Amino acid sequence: MAAGTVSTKRVHPVRSFLVGDEPMPPALWGIIFFIFSEIMFFSGLIAAMLALHADTLHWEPTNGGHRVHGDELRPILFTVMLVSTSVPMQIAAFAIRKGNRRLMLWMMGIVLVIGTAFIINQGFEWGEAMFGISDGTYAASFYTLTGFHGAHVIGGLVFILAQFVRGLLGHFDAKRNTAVEAATLYWHFVGFVWLLVIFPLVFFLS
Amino acid sequence: MATLAGAQTTGYAGVAAWRTILEWLTTVDHKKIGIMYLWAAGAFGLVGMAFSLVLRTELMETGTVISAEAYNSLFTMHGSVMIFLFLLPIGAAFMNYSMPLQIGALDMAFPRINALSFWIFLFGGVLLAMSFAVEGGTASAGWTAYPPITLDSGANAEKPGSGMDMWLIGVILLGQASIFGSVNFLVTIFKMRAPGMTMWRMPLFTWTTMVTGLLILLSTPVLAAALVMGFIDRNGAGGAFFEPSQGGQPLLWQNLFWFYSHPAVYIMILPAMGIVSDIFGVFTRRPIFGYRSMVLALIAIGLLGFIVWAHHMFTTGGVFLPFFMGATFLIAVPTGVKMFNWITTMWRGSNVFPTAMLFSVGFLMLFLIGGITGVFHAAVPVDFALHDTYFVVGHFHYTMSIAATFGFLAGCYYWFPKMFGKFMNEGLGKLHFWLLFVGVNLIFFTQLLLGLDGMPRRINDYVANPGWELMNTIATIGAFVSAAGMMVFFFNVFYSLKYGERASDDPWEGTTLEWATSSPPPPHNFDSLPEIRSERPLFDLRFGERLADDEHYHGHAPSNGGSSSKAGG
Ligand SMILES: [Cu+2]
Repeated sequence: MAAGTVSTKRVHPVRSFLVGDEPMPPALWGIIFFIFSEIMFFSGLIAAMLALHADTLHWEPTNGGHRVHGDELRPILFTVMLVSTSVPMQIAAFAIRKGNRRLMLWMMGIVLVIGTAFIINQGFEWGEAMFGISDGTYAASFYTLTGFHGAHVIGGLVFILAQFVRGLLGHFDAKRNTAVEAATLYWHFVGFVWLLVIFPLVFFLS
Repeated sequence: MATLAGAQTTGYAGVAAWRTILEWLTTVDHKKIGIMYLWAAGAFGLVGMAFSLVLRTELMETGTVISAEAYNSLFTMHGSVMIFLFLLPIGAAFMNYSMPLQIGALDMAFPRINALSFWIFLFGGVLLAMSFAVEGGTASAGWTAYPPITLDSGANAEKPGSGMDMWLIGVILLGQASIFGSVNFLVTIFKMRAPGMTMWRMPLFTWTTMVTGLLILLSTPVLAAALVMGFIDRNGAGGAFFEPSQGGQPLLWQNLFWFYSHPAVYIMILPAMGIVSDIFGVFTRRPIFGYRSMVLALIAIGLLGFIVWAHHMFTTGGVFLPFFMGATFLIAVPTGVKMFNWITTMWRGSNVFPTAMLFSVGFLMLFLIGGITGVFHAAVPVDFALHDTYFVVGHFHYTMSIAATFGFLAGCYYWFPKMFGKFMNEGLGKLHFWLLFVGVNLIFFTQLLLGLDGMPRRINDYVANPGWELMNTIATIGAFVSAAGMMVFFFNVFYSLKYGERASDDPWEGTTLEWATSSPPPPHNFDSLPEIRSERPLFDLRFGERLADDEHYHGHAPSNGGSSSKAGG
């Protein structure tokens, strides 16, 4: 720490895990700042849902339909699937840090397939919900939160798909892999905002 | 880089003109983008000023000249245009143009995203402007757009037309442009500084850009969430978010809106403070007093800005008054530190007063009145009496509108030689200053008095209480005097672009890096950089022989923060 002494370059293990030991290029800083702004956006939506839930007479869907139930197998299963894709995505980042493009492509492929399945399932959830967006505060919050989260999942998938295609075309190696790291960070954000906040609120807030 | 000369040397004038236009439309150069922000913000500011003249004409005497609906629409658009399309982008203009130069960077970290920000901003602005053409007219719920009057749901017979939707979408786009811009500013400051440019050697304008960037980054998305819910409320959810009869909460909107819009006040004023600080550091001919305390005060203002939003909602009965009152009072402390430092810088300075410096001193005076009236509002009992009167209108115009505008105008006069290689005309500049300074005080000081007398805001007519007509007439005259001043300014811009006196690379004897390059700078900004040993590298360069000895220099200038060798970021 002290100035003047020999500095043994020791990167914090969490940082090392997430973005490697190299100095972070501007693009990674950019995506990290952008993720902070995304967190604030979802904070706004989530704060709204909590405020409405805490202090409203009309929480239940006004058309008499049931809220979406989280204690059924399917939503839990798909939540676990979405969040667990953080693992192959991180492995993809590890792989390309070592220059293993082949492993990276395989791992990204897994993420793309499961992520797409998650979105399709969300489509079914919307189709099967027993209320419309105009049926009260819960209904409006449900569609707004899941809708915007879904849009972010799609955005993340497009981001990853673009890097997947670039990988197929021979881009990326151990030195040049910033876009993969950025996509990985973004994908972690998309998964964890669902697991930690949106899923419990939408499915379990009584 | 090679294309630069092409535009000027092509034989056919028409081809050259088209090429120049195409070059500007496709540019990713931060300087050109900054200048485009300036032009756009100037044009929008002119529109917003025209609206205010109509409003003042209406209020000059009792009785009505325009309909109440037209009045509602115009004061809504006056506020929206001035805030979202003038004050925020003109800040972005200088942050774009000057910040990378000040830290010795070649460009922004993400030049293409920077261009994208500008075009999103322009599109959002055009969308707001187009809402004049749709059925039902523009949004007319005030720039704060409080529900339920923004909503179309059973309780409201009169629904605002699609202009309200265009407003919501337009502001979402403008916010998105800000967010992309802020990411760019932050990464540029953290990663693109020239060797030797540590954090504690950054010019104060760069510091304000950094803090402003953080404020934009963390507050604007919350506004976006509110706007999105407002849009959904009007187009599908039927008021479930904000309409009480549908289970929604109007206060929810107010909380989210002000969570953005209080920091937004600082997003507008902090860059102006930064400009003024840099200008004081040049035209007093001494380093700014308390450089570090300036930075710390800035950071404190930024942090406190996030916990005071509910002072806009004291009278709603829905907020915890003591906390928000106390927190708001606290902001007076770092603001006072800044005031003290500016005045102290001038105290023993060898002050010179070109127009840029005049506007900076004007900024101090206006901001002082604005700041003091702000403390009035922070006191809950006083606020209960003054809420929704012209005292509020006077207060916020003094601070975030007029003081900020004075700061930005100072920036125009200060950086014009750098941008275009020519001085702005000083005589016209001084005329501009005095007309504007007298004009705005005529408007807004009378508004403070009217507010103390209880005149309510946002209403197109008023009763002929003793003195009200006289004071309103004075305010209206002030508005036209200010407008005349601004006309002088716009004339000066065009006149000086054509006939202005040629400026050297460092016409003011500046202290920061933007003066180390040519005027205007080359596309790559710098051919060479001076060594950076303090936060005043050009001063060091000029007096290098005498003061190069670090210990000697810093030993005798304790207020100078450059002694630190701490690596930043
Ligand atoms: Cu405020």
